[in-house]
Amino acid sequence: MSGLALPPYAQALGIEIDHDEAGEPVLRVDYSNRVAGRPGFLHGGAMSGLMEMAGFAALQAELDRRGETMRLKPVNIQVEFMRGGTEQVTYAKGTVTRAGRRVALVNAEAWQDDRAKPIALAQIKVLLIPAE
Amino acid sequence: MSETPPSILPPGSRFDPGLASRMMTRHGHGGWLGIRYHDHGENWVELSLPWREDLVGIDGKGVLASGPIISLMDNATSMSVWTMTGQFVPHATLDLRVDYMRAASPGQTVIGRGECYKLTRTISFIRGIAHDGDPADPVAHVIGTFMATHGSYL
Repeated sequence: MSGLALPPYAQALGIEIDHDEAGEPVLRVDYSNRVAGRPGFLHGGAMSGLMEMAGFAALQAELDRRGETMRLKPVNIQVEFMRGGTEQVTYAKGTVTRAGRRVALVNAEAWQDDRAKPIALAQIKVLLIPAE
Repeated sequence: MSETPPSILPPGSRFDPGLASRMMTRHGHGGWLGIRYHDHGENWVELSLPWREDLVGIDGKGVLASGPIISLMDNATSMSVWTMTGQFVPHATLDLRVDYMRAASPGQTVIGRGECYKLTRTISFIRGIAHDGDPADPVAHVIGTFMATHGSYL
């Protein structure tokens, strides 16, 4: 994934880069049937997928700044669901907590109309593999 | 909290994972992903996720993105709770942790097996694996909790 290209899954789900916030991309997905869980609510998996993409995008941006080309391999993700997502735009942003030479820890949060009330948080661990 | 689908059964009727899956995966995110019912037992449910080109992730080599795996496991574990209680109880995912053992093989259908291993009045504890043919060589392990939002599990 380069700084600005989202993978097929993200594009198919309708995930877009909304804007850049101090070097970290803010991703968005509009509400549609594709991300719907029980009627009227966002599916937790779609929420997680969005946060994961935001996490990878933030990490990629950080690696780009360092001039490093790495292959990213997800190790695990822990998601905390705090509020039901409703029928509106959902945003997500990742924050690189620690990116060493071999592993990175990225936090991500998702919110809707009120940034101060995130609907979910995620912690993502990613293995960094030097690209050949 | 992640909300789950509404009751699709009249109150009091026995929860049927096969029937529920057919109804729940027709629309919404699960329907878009192509998730289908596969099998079930007393406290577990297996759902399948066929490989699709547009579900490929950051690897870019045909490997399914992790998002669809999370969705598959969220659905399978959620249904395992209702299969164990025998009835639909509205609940929400509190947390879910997914450990990725290896990349899913391109072109292969992924099977998600969700199991409910403990119920309390308000919390259900779930775990599961995703594999692409051999359950002994999983693609991912998951563990998490759901909370009954209206009424109780027991």
